[in-house]
Amino acid sequence: MTDYVWLIPLFPALGFLINGLIGRWWRLNKTFVSWVACSALGLSFLFSILVFIGLLRLPPESRVAIPDKVLFDWIVSGGLKTVIGYKVDPLSIVMALVVTGVSFFIHVYSVGYMHEDPGFTRYFSYLNLFVFMMLNLVLANNFLLMFVGWEGVGLCSYLLIGFWFERDAPANAGKKAFVVNRIGDFGFLLGMFLIFSKLGTLTFDGVFSKAHLLDPVTVTLITLLLFTGATGKSAQLPLYVWLPDAMEGPTPVSSLIHAATMVTAGVYMVARCHVLYEMAPLSMAVVATVGALTAMYAASMALVQVDFKRILAYSTISQLGYMFLAVGVGAFSAGIFHLMTHAFFKGLLFLGAGSVMHALAGELDIRKMGALRKKMPVTFWTFLLATLAIAGVPGFSGFFSKDEILWNAFSSPQGHFLLWLIGFITAGMTAFYMFRLCFMAFCGDYRGDKEVWHHAHESPPVMTVPMVVLAVLSVIGGYVGVPAILGGANHFHHFLAPVFGVHEGGGHEAALRLLPLAWAGEAAGEGGHGSAALELFMMVLSVVMAFAGIYLAYALYLKRPDLPKALAQGYPRAYRVLFNKYYVDEIYQFLFVDSCKRLGTILWRQFDEAVVDRTVNLVAAVMRVLGGGLRLLQTGFVQDYALGIILGAVIVMLFLL
Amino acid sequence: MEGSLFQWIVFFAMAFLAIFCALMVVTRRNPIHSAVFLIVNFFAIAVIYLLLGSQFIAIAQVMVYAGAIMMLVVFTIMLISVEEARRVPMVRLSAGKVFGVILAILLFVELLYGLMVKALPGKVGPFTPERLQAVGPVRTVGGLLMSKYLLAFELASVVLLIGIIGAVILAKKER
Amino acid sequence: MIPPALYLALSAVIFTIGVIGVLLRRDAIVIFMCIEMMLSAVGITLIAASRYLHSMDGVIFVFLAMTVAAAEAAVGLAIFVLLHRIYKGVKVDEINLMKW
Repeated sequence: MTDYVWLIPLFPALGFLINGLIGRWWRLNKTFVSWVACSALGLSFLFSILVFIGLLRLPPESRVAIPDKVLFDWIVSGGLKTVIGYKVDPLSIVMALVVTGVSFFIHVYSVGYMHEDPGFTRYFSYLNLFVFMMLNLVLANNFLLMFVGWEGVGLCSYLLIGFWFERDAPANAGKKAFVVNRIGDFGFLLGMFLIFSKLGTLTFDGVFSKAHLLDPVTVTLITLLLFTGATGKSAQLPLYVWLPDAMEGPTPVSSLIHAATMVTAGVYMVARCHVLYEMAPLSMAVVATVGALTAMYAASMALVQVDFKRILAYSTISQLGYMFLAVGVGAFSAGIFHLMTHAFFKGLLFLGAGSVMHALAGELDIRKMGALRKKMPVTFWTFLLATLAIAGVPGFSGFFSKDEILWNAFSSPQGHFLLWLIGFITAGMTAFYMFRLCFMAFCGDYRGDKEVWHHAHESPPVMTVPMVVLAVLSVIGGYVGVPAILGGANHFHHFLAPVFGVHEGGGHEAALRLLPLAWAGEAAGEGGHGSAALELFMMVLSVVMAFAGIYLAYALYLKRPDLPKALAQGYPRAYRVLFNKYYVDEIYQFLFVDSCKRLGTILWRQFDEAVVDRTVNLVAAVMRVLGGGLRLLQTGFVQDYALGIILGAVIVMLFLL
Repeated sequence: MEGSLFQWIVFFAMAFLAIFCALMVVTRRNPIHSAVFLIVNFFAIAVIYLLLGSQFIAIAQVMVYAGAIMMLVVFTIMLISVEEARRVPMVRLSAGKVFGVILAILLFVELLYGLMVKALPGKVGPFTPERLQAVGPVRTVGGLLMSKYLLAFELASVVLLIGIIGAVILAKKER
Repeated sequence: MIPPALYLALSAVIFTIGVIGVLLRRDAIVIFMCIEMMLSAVGITLIAASRYLHSMDGVIFVFLAMTVAAAEAAVGLAIFVLLHRIYKGVKVDEINLMKW
């Protein structure tokens, strides 16, 4: 069954070719286009499930030993032999399931959302191309094919952010995303070159089986370079700036690419290369620290934003930070678990945002919303479920995954109390800003234009059904990974365990060593059971934090709507810094863009015009003088040319003699 | 070797005739005279070919050079060189011409020096005079043209065809 | 048996006379005839070499050179006719179009 893995990316590719190549030419109607696109994804999803079932039938140990499905040789040159080949193991199939599943529902949703758009066909062909590239990324069996997917999703992201390219803002946002991503991709490429130059192979199996040959410095360098790529693609510090701007694209795109799938590619890559990362403790620490800092930093910006989608964008960055925190402390399966649940609820949140925009004629400012609950109940309830999930309320998927991350940040050998603390505070902030968004948009009184309110309506079923499905997944998605402490079996963890190896349990002693609190000794006194109690205690702590955030949002935005303004006026400087996103865009503009421009101007005036141009002109002048002299030889009389022939013959004869 | 003396006599007679005619070709003012001497020169060279045992080339030399080409030349001369009486110098001397003659003599000296110093290079082939005699020299050439050198032969015919077309296009009067 | 060097010397003499003719004469038709003479002088060399090396390659070569000479004669003489129409006479030191 796992032999059919190559069919998974095939269908989106076919869909892209059909819609992209002949859609416009033959003027296919919208029904046909949407059927092609959605059924391609549906088939792809179906085959993902079949491969997954095939994988489940195997015993756990042999699930990681499935030979790569090699389709054909791609680049063969000297020592470099690259194939187009796909890898089936629990990690890649989880990713494939998430990608195809979420993509399928978002495709269906897009049919309703983009219905009036003149670029309907173009939109769906881009979307199919994106899924094809994403599947190449997650199913590839070597770094180079992964890089193709990596670049391909970047391209589709650029195309789709700038989908409404006739306006300035989306076109510029697309460019920004592309350029910022390119910085990261450069790191990825360098890392790949380093791997090849040291090991002479690029297949995952080859690299990981030979990884012990690398010296620690090289491994650290490789992993840091690869992580640079991840910071670009997954919007981590300091390369996160493109993601908020990327919200200029159509909302389903934000949902699919910039929340559920593409931005998680970095997490997947780090998890895929866990063998390398585990050899480089320094890189792990960097990953975890960057993740934690990004989580808190992005969450703080989300606190005061008023743009519906931008809040979600910062939330995405923050949640990605969580995932990097997880993989950075060695809890790879926890990171992938959060990746999956995040794909469900964040995808759903964006779909809700799209539904609201659809209802309010494109309005995004949450200060002009309110009371939408009455007009669009389905959107509200699904949005609320997703909000509960992301806030970490017990029983919802986000609770399980986030809690596993926090626990691992604390207890694993690479973990640290500070990392946990940052994650813990961020959890509270997340609950606060998500409920602020939810309350301001859906509850209270309507604060916008009466005319718009009059036209506000619930979205058609083609949009609400995918939302409901994702809402169900957001609620129950966590139950595949219920931790043992709550009586669950943590199937997800065990399913991925063959990939990552089972070494996430032994960290309790380290945790106790790091624990600075007084009750640490008490917990340690009870032995192995004590750490379980500790885990339970911390779980309760984070739940309390989540509810505190929710209550704060309730108090500020429902009970006393005047308070936030007073707070903002009370701390004007802090508010302004947060509202202007720490001025990072301005700083980058000043530091990199403007200085590059200045440098470019100097080089243009001082070097290009003064040195290069003059050199070129000098060469030309010399040639003109020489040519003017040589031209005299060309008399035009045939006998002079004959003389040349004879002269040549004499000289040749001299050589022959 | 019997007949050897006869061969020597024929060779020297023909050699001197050819050289004499060549000199006359270069020195005659009237191109028609040059043409006539050139024809005689070609005939002398054809006899040399016969001495060398190449009957086929000798006949071709007479037919192609002395017959066809010289016929064309004579026609052209008659067509264009009617102002033969014009008293213009045959040669206009200049530094370039003197230099050219010096070069030509230099080339001749080099050729003769090469002849004296170097042996005839190259591999010895299978076509001994006895074998040629047994098969017949013309027959041998024909066989080779139709087998080993067939492509060159066909290409030569294409060259001739293109030459004919080119000549017609060039010489055609503008409408 | 006549030594091959004599044939080659004869060839060299006629060839050199042809060269001098080409370089000195002004009449294009005479120059053309000198070129033909040089071609057949080279023919002697080839035939002699082929005779003394027991090979047929030289013979074939001369035959092919002859066909080229024939084609050359056709085209070249057509050019002379054309030149004559334009310049009223084909003196090579009055025609200097072949530059730039």
